[in-house]
Amino acid sequence: MRRHLRNLLERGIGVAMLICALLSVATTAGIILTLVGQSVPFFRAVPLGEFFAGRKWAPLFEPPRYGLLPLICGTFLITVGALLVAVPIGVSAALFLSECAPRRLRDVLKPVLEILAGVPSVVYGFFALTFLTPNVIAKLVPSTPIFNAASAAIVVGIMIIPTICSLSDDAFRAVPRSLREAGFALSATRFEVAGRIVLPGAASGVVAAILLAVGRAIGETMAVTIAAGIKPTLTLNPFESVQTMTAFIAEVSEGDVEAGTMASHCLFAVGLVLFAITLGVNLVARWFSRRFREVYE
Amino acid sequence: MVIMDQPQGSLAGAAKAEMRPSPVSAPEPAGETIVRIENLTIRYGDFSAVKNVSLDVYRNQATALIGPSGCGKSTLLRAINRMNDFVPNCQVDGRIVVRGRSIYDPGCDPVDLRRHIGMVFQKPNPFPKSIYRNVSWGAKINGYRGDMDALVEQCLRRAGLWEEVKDKLKQVALNLSGGQQQRLCIARALALQPDVLLMDEPCSALDPIATARIEDLIDQLKTDYTVVLVTHNMQQAARVSDRTAFLYMGELIEVEDTHVLFTHPRHPRTQAYITGRFG
Repeated sequence: MRRHLRNLLERGIGVAMLICALLSVATTAGIILTLVGQSVPFFRAVPLGEFFAGRKWAPLFEPPRYGLLPLICGTFLITVGALLVAVPIGVSAALFLSECAPRRLRDVLKPVLEILAGVPSVVYGFFALTFLTPNVIAKLVPSTPIFNAASAAIVVGIMIIPTICSLSDDAFRAVPRSLREAGFALSATRFEVAGRIVLPGAASGVVAAILLAVGRAIGETMAVTIAAGIKPTLTLNPFESVQTMTAFIAEVSEGDVEAGTMASHCLFAVGLVLFAITLGVNLVARWFSRRFREVYE
Repeated sequence: MVIMDQPQGSLAGAAKAEMRPSPVSAPEPAGETIVRIENLTIRYGDFSAVKNVSLDVYRNQATALIGPSGCGKSTLLRAINRMNDFVPNCQVDGRIVVRGRSIYDPGCDPVDLRRHIGMVFQKPNPFPKSIYRNVSWGAKINGYRGDMDALVEQCLRRAGLWEEVKDKLKQVALNLSGGQQQRLCIARALALQPDVLLMDEPCSALDPIATARIEDLIDQLKTDYTVVLVTHNMQQAARVSDRTAFLYMGELIEVEDTHVLFTHPRHPRTQAYITGRFG
């Protein structure tokens, strides 16, 4: 009898866990269905050619213009800028943590770095707007407007440093100690071992880390809405106001957009594109880390 | 048991001269001490892995370090090229003199030291790079200016691997068998033209045939290099070494010419070990 009860409990727990797992799958499926379903009317009304190739984005004006390029450009500008900040710092910090730092220092530094990831992005946004722009960017390029892509890119870069650093560090530490020893025994310096054995050995992991960080940078909303502005601009100049796809969604959904209107369908269409891009980046990251994972033995 | 390629001593000798034309490479008579270990004690925290060991390693000989697991033989070997530097809490007292210099003196650069003392590890650890680049790696980072292709060929020949890999130098080294990988690791170490080659149980991960090839190789390498070999395998020590040192619990119990140590051990503990009563 007792055993019967135990078996029942075992099975019950299994079913409960299965439901939890299915719930997250169902949520994702629901989001995709909503995105697609709600953007169908938009794509019925707006030709794909105008949406993806149009150079002006003014969906709420009369007559509305639905050229997505300025938003894509804004997202691209912020993402590339963020990577320029985060990749060198994140990868170097990870190399330091895994190859140079004594264990005690590492035990302190790594959690501190990961705290960066816990700071709410709205804080980063205000940091960019009230500190970086007036005190740094405006000093370097005086003509910069108060909302600009550069300050947003820098703080997004700071936000994704922990992702890059932590995952790269994991990749570096996965390189077997025996390879480092082989390097040292061949009269290599610490720097040579780090740069010529550990870094190439972990390259696939580092690239995967960077791609995951790209996904975060593309999806980042609050900081860029606050710091980069809401003016869709087709430009590659970081010292201008730009609007990203996420910032557009945040801006419009804060206003009183009625469900079923063209404006709301437009929101979902942008959301769908955003979702497709981040999904694509994540898939590439996974594929990359599996395909090029170095086998050491 | 000769299953080696032709010995390539003359070629390697030429490479040696090319790499370091200084008087250092002038041949010297066997019997000269090349590594002198004086009152060496190595501690990991409170644990003494090596206790007050003094040992001379003679040029152009193979010296075997034997003893039961945990006797400190690997620690002692790794002290000679300062690989123990990477072990936290490792403290070294006493002296090791290599090429007339005390290697634990503050002025001694371990990176420079390791250019003259090569090392082969227990498990083959080729880089996940091509066969060619495995061999050229050490020479390249140390600024070798000569003909790299020739150096790679010489080292691979010297390690008895050339005939097997000459048509696939660009292939990744991890596709080689374990024994081939270990010979590649030897070739890689030879590319720096070291004086001394440290081998830390180089055959323990290999099958008997691959082991026999490495042992033949050690025998040949003695003509140009000095070999210090850690081994679990007493038959191996008896086969390839000229002198054997027996360590027990971190202490050097006995060091003697190999044939003497294995036939007339002085210390009862040595006798117990080599007759297989413990260890």
